[in-house]
Amino acid sequence: MASGRPIQLFRNMTAKIAAIPMILTALVIFVGGTAWTVVYSFTNSKLLPRANFVGLDQYERLWNTNRWIVSIENLLIYGICMLVLSFIIGFVLAALMDQKIRFENTFRTIILYPFALSFIVTGLIWQWLLNPDFGVQNVVRGLGWVSFEFDPLNNSSIVIYGVLIAGLWQGTGLVMVLMLAGLRGIDQEIWKAARVDGIPMWKTYLYIVVPMLRPVFITSIVIIASGIVRVYDLVVAQTAGGPGISSEVPAKYVYDYMFQGQNLGQGFAASTMMLLAVAIVIIPWAYLEFGSRNRG
Amino acid sequence: MKKLAMLCAATALTPVGAGAAELEVTHWWTSGGEAAAVAKFAEAFNENTEHTWVDGAIAGGGGTARPVMVSRIIGGDPMGAFQFNHGRQAEELIEAGLLRDMTHVAEEEGWKEIVNPPSLLEACTVDGRIYCAPVNIHSWQWLWLSNDAFAEAGLDVPANWDEFVEAGDALREAGIQPLALGGQPWQSSGLFNVLMATLAGPEVLEQIYGEKDAELAASDTMARVFQAAADAREMAQGSNVIDWNQATNMVITDAAGGQVMGDWAQGEFAVAGEVAGEDYTCIPGLGVHEVISTGGDAFYFPETGDAETEAAQDALARILLNPDTQVAFNLAKGSLPIRGDVDLTAANDCMKKGLEILEAGNTMPDVNMLNTEDTNNQLNDLFVEFFNDPSITPEDAQERFVSIVESAE
Amino acid sequence: MANPATISTAVAGADTLPLDGPQGPRPRPRLSRRNIFIYGTMLVVAVYYLLPLYVMIVTSLKGMPEIRLGNIFSPPMEITFEPWVKAWAEACTGLNCDGLSRGFWNSVKITVPSVFLSIAVASVNGYALSNWKFKGADIFFTILIFGAFIPYQVMLYPIVIILREIGLYGSLGGLVIVHVIFGMPIVTLLFRNYFASLPEELFKAARVDGAGFWQIYFQIMLPMSLPIFVVAMIIQVTGIWNDFLFGVVYTKPDTYPMTVQLNNIVNSVQGVKEYNVNMAATILTGLVPLVIYFVSGKLFVRGIAAGAVKG
Repeated sequence: MASGRPIQLFRNMTAKIAAIPMILTALVIFVGGTAWTVVYSFTNSKLLPRANFVGLDQYERLWNTNRWIVSIENLLIYGICMLVLSFIIGFVLAALMDQKIRFENTFRTIILYPFALSFIVTGLIWQWLLNPDFGVQNVVRGLGWVSFEFDPLNNSSIVIYGVLIAGLWQGTGLVMVLMLAGLRGIDQEIWKAARVDGIPMWKTYLYIVVPMLRPVFITSIVIIASGIVRVYDLVVAQTAGGPGISSEVPAKYVYDYMFQGQNLGQGFAASTMMLLAVAIVIIPWAYLEFGSRNRG
Repeated sequence: MKKLAMLCAATALTPVGAGAAELEVTHWWTSGGEAAAVAKFAEAFNENTEHTWVDGAIAGGGGTARPVMVSRIIGGDPMGAFQFNHGRQAEELIEAGLLRDMTHVAEEEGWKEIVNPPSLLEACTVDGRIYCAPVNIHSWQWLWLSNDAFAEAGLDVPANWDEFVEAGDALREAGIQPLALGGQPWQSSGLFNVLMATLAGPEVLEQIYGEKDAELAASDTMARVFQAAADAREMAQGSNVIDWNQATNMVITDAAGGQVMGDWAQGEFAVAGEVAGEDYTCIPGLGVHEVISTGGDAFYFPETGDAETEAAQDALARILLNPDTQVAFNLAKGSLPIRGDVDLTAANDCMKKGLEILEAGNTMPDVNMLNTEDTNNQLNDLFVEFFNDPSITPEDAQERFVSIVESAE
Repeated sequence: MANPATISTAVAGADTLPLDGPQGPRPRPRLSRRNIFIYGTMLVVAVYYLLPLYVMIVTSLKGMPEIRLGNIFSPPMEITFEPWVKAWAEACTGLNCDGLSRGFWNSVKITVPSVFLSIAVASVNGYALSNWKFKGADIFFTILIFGAFIPYQVMLYPIVIILREIGLYGSLGGLVIVHVIFGMPIVTLLFRNYFASLPEELFKAARVDGAGFWQIYFQIMLPMSLPIFVVAMIIQVTGIWNDFLFGVVYTKPDTYPMTVQLNNIVNSVQGVKEYNVNMAATILTGLVPLVIYFVSGKLFVRGIAAGAVKG
């Protein structure tokens, strides 16, 4: 047994050496940086990080802040809608794109191009389109439907859906491309076999293709979800968190308190809560995924 | 624009002689008027010294620029000078020994004698040492009114806040938005602070923010201010804009009766070709209490340990307060100079009103000098919610206000 | 030696045809109900996606007085290219009035090495994680995924300190490292999961033939994963090209990327917003990723079977 250890260490050596950048990043930056953030969330650091510990004060204040609560509610609404809708739209578009259509390249670029534009601009352009005085509402009224009402950005109760429209426009192209890459990775033989067996196309997708795409789906979910958790610029540009505080999101809270309010401790406390929530989701998932030792 | 372009070209071609340093200056002045103003500094610096101004402009205000400045300083690779709102913001950097003591320049140039009001220099002073060079005065306490909007509603242009509130209903009936208010949080808290400084008086604001007097914050005096804020909220209902200058634009285009905004709004009226007194009216102190706050901008100088850079920093500090540069800069920026001994005959009517008030000594410290940015941020959150959600009663808002004052440092 | 051709034969059978097209079911006659449905849907979708672009282009061709009139959908009455010229060559960032052109080459210098390096590192990571699992690999991978969720701003100061300590603060190299680090979670995940979805037999056959780590990577995995390389490139080029925060915090004015100028044009807080210049600047900045999207389309069309045969 004892003699087996060094062999264990040197097995797979090339792979281990190749993974050194990853291991360093994971340990030094992500674990180290997160630990640093958590530690300083217990301090009253302001403009500069300083180790002046104040216990749970920052957390107490955080959870007594109305804006933080509103931010979390918004993130839940935005997050669930964004995840479900971009997933469905992305998959359907990718499946349509995979039907040997003409002008595939053109269509793909059209759906993907919003991804090339920054969130700041996405926010700005959708702020215009949704503006009641010269955007969509105005145009529809101009067409004769005078009582038409569509003014999400100035209505506290639905403003977050206005942000969602812009978010979907910007992000679904990438999901579509991801899924398309996954579909292109599927063996041609599968389609042939399914056709020979006379299985209808929708059934082939649902029962054969979708399970095969599971790894790609996981990738998509992580990409969409991390985008959701970090959503910031879009809200800043489109609504500035308004009307009032009704479209605030957690990442904006973090940034505003870190750099605008110069209260690093408060910002760190808020981001610690965000990361804690992420960890609560990821750790059980990793356990299920890797615990069973099955290859994805 | 042409001139600016030529200036850049000239800057790029200036040969760097022995002992001359390239001084990188970081600031967030990027709009037309601001850039023109900062160019006056660069011009004066390049012409009158052997050093060269390297411009590091970052748009987006302090929230964007601040992490850049702090990173550069703690990363050990600081810029030569940077702009900050003077006040309590830079205290920590000074305590950490990251900023250079500029007292020697201040004494040489006699800043103590020339800077007016003295509170500006006090804001730069920590433990008797001077760490920054104030460059201008911006005040918040202005009511901007559209003359045509009132004419259209068949009303006289109000002379003070109460008349304005009374006119609110008539304006609305005439299809005019009574009060324009942008959605950004700082505009809401700014409006409230102006109401507090004028309706309750500057001493009340100083007592509450400066001394953290929670009792006064909970008093009837303040309850009246909150009532006035509720009036303002009613008048601001329906002004669906975000940026402050969009709100100003509503006044310019006579879609709104008025706006409470700082003196920088003047630039917008000027660009639109409006004439003070004819097209619009500016009322300092809301016509109730003529006072201006003396906030503004200042430059700080990080420790670099490099003799050439230090010489350039000293030279820049002198140039910034030089009478000629002060006039050129402030005329372009629309702000007031920090020294009373300069000639500002070129100033427009509104600026002259401000200068008179300044000369009469009716000044008060800016909220930035009294509150930490953290407290300001909390106030922003409270008031942006209050001004946008009519279901919050003035009493509730006051209660939350008191608890912010209580917890403030 | 692993001969890719034998491998693909082993997987797909002897009758594999070199396919150059999409992998979906066989096309049907033209005006079938199915085709009408597909193209109809695609057209409606295309309109939804293109409408904002239309507004941007139209706005960028109008003068400011016309924009103030308010109808964002109306075509310009008088076409002007002034905003484009201004955005590219004249718009001011403080004192420097040479528009976006100032930062263009800086952006190229930042983007090319960062994209190349981050994709190289992450694809090897993904390959090691899916095919050469070592002890603890899953833990590092989980940490990486967790890292994808960390708001960037929170990490600014710790990274400043790390870069200072290794002497790379303020240099191009430092910025490239930062991009590699923050691109790593998503791109590693991308490759790991893509490699995991490839038929395992390919890898096993090569192992039986005695091929090693790098040999399999270069000769089998790379050629078969072109679509995912394109996706990784799309994500990284876009992310790094559009990055403002890291570019402005970890470099100096003379190496600022284009987005700093874009921010200064679009984000000026005081003064009149020149919407036409904003829109022109935005489209100009977005052009590089857009060209990449379009050009990479060719690589995208290749499927797995074709890749295995030709590689």
